Amino acid sequence: MTALLALFWRDLRRAWGSGALWLPVVFFLLVATAFPFAVGPDAPLLARTGGGMLWVAALLAALLPIDRLIRPDKDAGVLDQLAVRGIADEVVAAVKIAAHAIGFGLPLLIALLPAAALLAQDAARVATIALGLAIAIPALASLAVLSAALTANLKGGNAIGGLLVLPLAVPLLIFGAGMLDPSGRGAMKLLAAASLLLTVIGPFAAGAALRGLRE
Amino acid sequence: MTLLLQLDRIACIRGDRLLFEGLSLALARGEALWLRGPNGAGKSSLIRVAAGLLRAAAGTVTRHERCALIDEAAALDAELPLRRALDVWARIDGIDGPMTQRAMEAMALGALAEVPVAMLSTGQRKRAAMARVIGSAAPIWMLDEPANGMDDAARTRLVAAIAAHRANGGAVLLASHFALDIPDLAELDMGARA
Repeated sequence: MTALLALFWRDLRRAWGSGALWLPVVFFLLVATAFPFAVGPDAPLLARTGGGMLWVAALLAALLPIDRLIRPDKDAGVLDQLAVRGIADEVVAAVKIAAHAIGFGLPLLIALLPAAALLAQDAARVATIALGLAIAIPALASLAVLSAALTANLKGGNAIGGLLVLPLAVPLLIFGAGMLDPSGRGAMKLLAAASLLLTVIGPFAAGAALRGLRE
Repeated sequence: MTLLLQLDRIACIRGDRLLFEGLSLALARGEALWLRGPNGAGKSSLIRVAAGLLRAAAGTVTRHERCALIDEAAALDAELPLRRALDVWARIDGIDGPMTQRAMEAMALGALAEVPVAMLSTGQRKRAAMARVIGSAAPIWMLDEPANGMDDAARTRLVAAIAAHRANGGAVLLASHFALDIPDLAELDMGARA
């Protein structure tokens, strides 16, 4: 257990130390800044469409650091060293998912405040988006680590990684943005269900992919 | 005589090529085995099979104790100072600080403790990886070309570290294409098998 905590802190320190913390957050804010330029500064229009835009931006921000999640550890031999210590690949994947969820999820939730202000979202909508993102972040991290593990052996795997994961992330997008619709009552529960499913599948699928990297 | 590592009739296939088959070996406490042979003879693959990183196509591998591995990758976080990079593994292994300190001294790394791993030379990085192995306190050492890039002084320290490890009841599986001056060393010529 202490080994896993040590691994978790290492991953978190690396994520925040290497600037990977800022990249998704800056990207997220960039989209929020660019969107009003594209559709015009009409506040009611922004208020109506901005929430969905924030969800799209959050989804893409989660996938941005894919090339940093697994590949450097594979190249440096860290994954081999963990395997030699008898730590199961599924456990390594779960720790990496947890570290990514905290590593990019927390800054994303903080960046949500200025981003929502740029898109004329009122307090109630910001709270709804924040709640939805908090529910979806473990699933987004899970998908990011999964695609990072699947593409760690490929050159230019980053672009392919996004393509791999995007279809799986669509339910999160539908139900997450659906929470903003006044008629979308069950959306939060469906979002939670989709998030739970992806979060549970993630470590096993990513663990199998990590095992495949050694062959 | 307690066995630490047993390989029983191992076969290994890489790609479409059969590297070796029917290979058995056993390492007891205090023993060391030198896997020798030319490039491509399967030394590294055998080490990876023994360490559990590669599945053997046939046969069984039994490790009775924890093992530590060194291969071409140092597995140290490049952005960290050496001491802290080694501490990462010490924490994962649940090893105390003085053990890491002793391991660094064994490989004469004291002066490099504050130098980022990315700044180390090839030989220094090899010494650092060796300090990671020593610091892990694992009874089985699997060393794949540990002396590559090391100068004479570092090799002497490596040989001394191996001797100290064996005296403490550890076992060493060593793959190297050139001879290291290690006393009482069993040999397995993988070139002759092929």
